[in-house]
Amino acid sequence: MNVPGNPSVAESAVGRRARRSVMFVLALALVAAGWELYKWLGPENGGEIFGWKLLPRAKDRVMPHVVDIITRFADPINPSSNVGQESVFSVVMKGVWFSFRLVLAGFGLGLVAGVLLAVLMARLRLAERAILPYLVISQTVPLIALAPLVASWGGKLELFGWEWPRWLTATVLGAFLTFFPIAVGTLRGLQSPSAASLELMDSLAAPWRHTLFKLRFPAAVPYIVPALKLGAAGSVIGVVVAEISTGLRGGIGRLVIEFMRRSNDPAIVYTAVIGAAALGLVMAGLVALADAVFMRNRPKEASA
Amino acid sequence: MSAVVVSGVDKIFSTGKAARVEALVGIDLTVEQGEFVSLIGPSGCGKSTLLRLIANLIEPTAGSVTVNGKPAHQARLDQDYGMAFQQAGLFDWRSVTKNIELPLELKGWDRTNRRARALEMLELVKLPEFASHMPWQLSGGMQQRIAIARALAAHPPLLLMDKPFGALDEMTREHMQAELLRICAKTATTVVFVTHSIPEAVYLSTRVVVMSPRPGRITNIIDVPLGGARNDDTREDSIFFQKITEVREALRGSELQLGARGIEDR
Repeated sequence: MNVPGNPSVAESAVGRRARRSVMFVLALALVAAGWELYKWLGPENGGEIFGWKLLPRAKDRVMPHVVDIITRFADPINPSSNVGQESVFSVVMKGVWFSFRLVLAGFGLGLVAGVLLAVLMARLRLAERAILPYLVISQTVPLIALAPLVASWGGKLELFGWEWPRWLTATVLGAFLTFFPIAVGTLRGLQSPSAASLELMDSLAAPWRHTLFKLRFPAAVPYIVPALKLGAAGSVIGVVVAEISTGLRGGIGRLVIEFMRRSNDPAIVYTAVIGAAALGLVMAGLVALADAVFMRNRPKEASA
Repeated sequence: MSAVVVSGVDKIFSTGKAARVEALVGIDLTVEQGEFVSLIGPSGCGKSTLLRLIANLIEPTAGSVTVNGKPAHQARLDQDYGMAFQQAGLFDWRSVTKNIELPLELKGWDRTNRRARALEMLELVKLPEFASHMPWQLSGGMQQRIAIARALAAHPPLLLMDKPFGALDEMTREHMQAELLRICAKTATTVVFVTHSIPEAVYLSTRVVVMSPRPGRITNIIDVPLGGARNDDTREDSIFFQKITEVREALRGSELQLGARGIEDR
């Protein structure tokens, strides 16, 4: 039995956290080492295994050294004219910040839409049967195809003088990938209370709204938290892909494209990729925080 | 005024055209204030269904159910009864105190009064030191005591229990039975109690209602004249054994008739 506040448990929690951070750094080092090892051993111009072109090219143009990628962050954006130039780090961070706000908005929008849909489906059996299949089908539409469509629909919308801003397309696509896991997870959670718990609320003459907020939602938390993890990853992918496919300026997705065009500067592409990965990590961190907050005081089996 | 009046009740479950189950037929039962009435019978005899009819969790197909002189539906809305199930069914995300407060929250009590009543209930079930614990930190017997505290938090005159001690070990179960009698005597609560156990029914009840299945109906009602103050000595009283035999034979009578099973002989 795990008692909160018990010192031995608290210590082991700190120890677990420390071990995890060490493991994270180790994992990063391992990736870097693997990268360099392949560069050292791998064929310069790619290679074939049994006639299949499987081995990627290992030359500096394609796979720059890890050190070069890291030092590239500190260099100015255009190495030729370094007077008053911004560093790559600053440009990438600005891009990450721009995209981060779109991701947060998309995640929020998807969260609200997903939870509302789940509540509707939990309330009405008919709604569940009518909506759920369409939700599943909606997720099979390729995102790349959807992005220009949403942009063009949005571009034609005008409400009381309010025009569809270009960034909203990316946010909507982020929301599109977020709402599905959250709707499904929340629905499962809302339906998870036992018959006895529902009978108890019935015996207390609790109206549906009380059953929702005092029983169904709290019971759904262990289902919603993992759904948030999927939703957070979805919102990042949705926004970055939409940025790339609609060419939205300012975000990290656009930076990946712009940097790719610089054929003589291979390291800079990876700085943008690392920026995008950092964006994903920040979202994962926020969800982990939500996990820690919402799952405290819960039996530990449920969070495992 | 009687605590519960069930008259001429039928309950037929019809899930489809073909499936038609006569769960209860022609049930008449009156429970007076202060009584402790057990419903016993083999699985499928409809004893839990009868309890749910009294609780108005389901509606009868025919006949009427009156609780505290009101239609069962109104009695449920007024929280005239508390209910406890086989699974304690405490909410994992609420502290013990918050669990006990649930019925009061739904009645719209303010925080101070809720807290005061919850602590009073914790004293009643003799677990005051666990006020801020979480339910999953308690043993099964403790959880069930908290569930009883929750059921009685709003001081309802009637307590409905569906095999509440069925999941407990024998030692805990006997202890809980004594505790339940003490609590009900102190709060003057009427109890309708569904059980599978003959000794449990006899030890607790002023009357034992014996039921038989297919269709579910009442075959015998056996008075248990063991008096108000029952303790561990009661379990060795000759009347106790005599009544156990009487209930067992009543059950066997219906079992021989119908070849039904499902009674624990302990």
